[in-house]
Amino acid sequence: MVHHHRYETIVVGAGGAGLMAALYASQGSQTAVLSKLYPTRSHTGTAQGGIGAALGNLEEDRPEWHAFDTVKGGDYLSDQDAVEVMCYEAPGVVYELEHMGLPFNRTPDGRIAQRPFGGHTSNFGEKPVRRACYAADRTGHMILQTLYQQCIKRNVRFYDEFHVLDLLMSPDGRVAGVVAYEIDTGDLHVFHAKAVIFATGGFGRIWEITSNAHSLTGDGPAIVLRKGLPLEDMEFFQFHPTGIYKMGILITEAVRGEGGVLRNDLGERFMEKYAPNLKDLASRDVVSRAIYLEIKAGRGINGQKYVYLDATHLGREAIEKKLPDIADFCRTYLGIDPATQPIPVQPTAHYAMGGIPTDVHGQVRADAHGGIVPGFYAAGETACVSVHGANRLGTNSLVDLVVFGKRAGKAAAAYCGETDWPELPQETWEPVQAQIDRLLAQTGSKHVADIRSEMQSVMMEHVGVFRTAEGIQQALDKVRELQERMTDITVMDKGKRFNTELLEAMELSCLLDLAEVTAVSALARQESRGAHSREDFKERDDVNWLKHTFATRKDGKIELDYRPVVITKYQPKERTY
Amino acid sequence: MKVTMRIRRFNPEKDKKPWWGEYTVDVEPTDRVLDALHQIKWYQDGTLTLRRSCAHGICGSDAMVINGRNALACKVLMRDVGEVCQVEPLRSMRIVKDLVVDMEPFFAKYRAVLPYLINEEEPPEKERLQSPEARERFDDTTKCILCAACTTSCPSYWANQDYIGPAAIVQAHRFIFDDRDRGALERLQILDDRDGVWRCRTVFNCVQACPRDIDVTKAIGEVKLAILEEL
Repeated sequence: MVHHHRYETIVVGAGGAGLMAALYASQGSQTAVLSKLYPTRSHTGTAQGGIGAALGNLEEDRPEWHAFDTVKGGDYLSDQDAVEVMCYEAPGVVYELEHMGLPFNRTPDGRIAQRPFGGHTSNFGEKPVRRACYAADRTGHMILQTLYQQCIKRNVRFYDEFHVLDLLMSPDGRVAGVVAYEIDTGDLHVFHAKAVIFATGGFGRIWEITSNAHSLTGDGPAIVLRKGLPLEDMEFFQFHPTGIYKMGILITEAVRGEGGVLRNDLGERFMEKYAPNLKDLASRDVVSRAIYLEIKAGRGINGQKYVYLDATHLGREAIEKKLPDIADFCRTYLGIDPATQPIPVQPTAHYAMGGIPTDVHGQVRADAHGGIVPGFYAAGETACVSVHGANRLGTNSLVDLVVFGKRAGKAAAAYCGETDWPELPQETWEPVQAQIDRLLAQTGSKHVADIRSEMQSVMMEHVGVFRTAEGIQQALDKVRELQERMTDITVMDKGKRFNTELLEAMELSCLLDLAEVTAVSALARQESRGAHSREDFKERDDVNWLKHTFATRKDGKIELDYRPVVITKYQPKERTY
Repeated sequence: MKVTMRIRRFNPEKDKKPWWGEYTVDVEPTDRVLDALHQIKWYQDGTLTLRRSCAHGICGSDAMVINGRNALACKVLMRDVGEVCQVEPLRSMRIVKDLVVDMEPFFAKYRAVLPYLINEEEPPEKERLQSPEARERFDDTTKCILCAACTTSCPSYWANQDYIGPAAIVQAHRFIFDDRDRGALERLQILDDRDGVWRCRTVFNCVQACPRDIDVTKAIGEVKLAILEEL
């Protein structure tokens, strides 16, 4: 059965960016939010340490310093006009969240509490600054809850557990809506819309060790790619230095912000070697590489592939008060007490700097040369504005999703006011139904889970923290073989109700497509910058590579184009911490 | 180690009534119950259906009854479940399929307590000030992830699903005791009802069930006291 709906703005995804976009879009247009999860299950809720904003509540701070740190953290690949927008608007949106009721921790004089975080400094790199506004170690949880509460207050229309499978374009090239699969019934729904905002989150499930939820499968970017539209900077994926060994569960950088240190098998505080100034609070790419190098040199704990994050000197009270969830994770999953025992950690795939290219209004770019897709917006991790460049600083993801979610929502509402209804294409739900029918009819011998774990393992091995042409090529060959193998899988569940097996198969197709684009983009970029570290091209090469990658798929083949980086104030310099 | 998983199954498309499925899994002691369920779904029976997302106890998707007690499948380790692990959907909820239940009545009760900051005064240019002590007053109840483990563990709720349930009261508590909020009286009136806080018989099941270690019964007690004092 197919259902038809009409809303001026459709928001896809109900994490921080989607909810913020919905709050603003709904003020100027009829809006509905489609999410494959209940909104409060979204991955924004797992963000821990804080949201960065130069409030200066505890010491002098300036948006300008925040902007410099972000550009430097991004290894000069960030578009500096966008970075300035984000860092100058950050204090305003943090106050806005507080006005919405977000329960930030407080300073003794009642203001929003702030703490240090990796790469955030005062006076252009001089010393760490307290910039991360926090609510214990559940800042993301509080942002997600607060934004959802506001959506309820303002009666925003939600379609929960609706999985969007296609983007509809009008014959004149405008966005015209989406097709969604209602998980509960298996019915398809066509949503005719003037504006569509993608806020679908990341795709860390490409890798074996990841902090990302099972649901982070890059459905949004994969749909964009299949529409022949570009994805930007896909070679830049952040590995967070401190995931729980083997499990990948995130241990917030706030542990180091509060004074925790990394130690190798000899008990050495090894970050002193790699980043003499900021040490454990250097940016994430730097710390993750240092951990890999320590492990490679045989100084992993007991020669294994992990090091220790030592917070034992912080005292039990500080840990229980400021890092209660971290203490809980350690007790639950490791059976240890972080107040007395060090935490075994390894880098974990964490955050996509790349994604759907947008301008500072969330407007999606159609190409690397200034073209746009009318009516199409993206915000949050799924988008690439690009503020994070080649490596995101901690706390900046939350700033990004609030600032640009708000901007995308406003821009979509304004666009709806000035445009007429786009014509729907001749076929709307039919291609999606055909795809579902094909998958259910297949009777192959291959398992989705095997294909997924082979992809995750080869991407971890070869398109992880360190990369070489040979390794990336191996991964690419494997991913393409796995894409072929997808035509030989069987979905056992043939039913219509809550068929999560079918959805997992479709999600895996998305992951494989994004893994391919990631590998192709990484192979082409013959330099090391931020999170993209090539052992065969160890230096940053500003002469040839100070540019954004735009990858599109034409006739089954990935084509690359490039767009210059926007530089306003900060000329690229050597990057040391 | 090998563990037998006994799982309550029900697919309304083909089953007249629920049945028990038995599966043997080979797991590490430190694997989660969620990992065992995935092993079954991915390698034995793809039709086994459950909700899950973050897999580390934050998103609240995978609350279910494990060996008789409400818990998140991603926060119970296999070393703690014994040789036979019994898994059922949350009680007192309509079963959609297998371990998936209809959450809509739960969220309707959540919405009924006005779960958002009510304060129509013009906010200051910067943040509203709040002392660390005032912030601490409602800290515990800000941890709630709306997983429904508490509400569906409550005998009062089993007996009468008109009861608003512990989770909704926890959400109300989070605002009633926030000194920036002005909606406390309205919420207390909503909760001062036959189907409001007074159905709580302090059984403490909710406290045991909460994966976030919220002292739910204490929060409910504070709301009861506030009703007696304020209304």
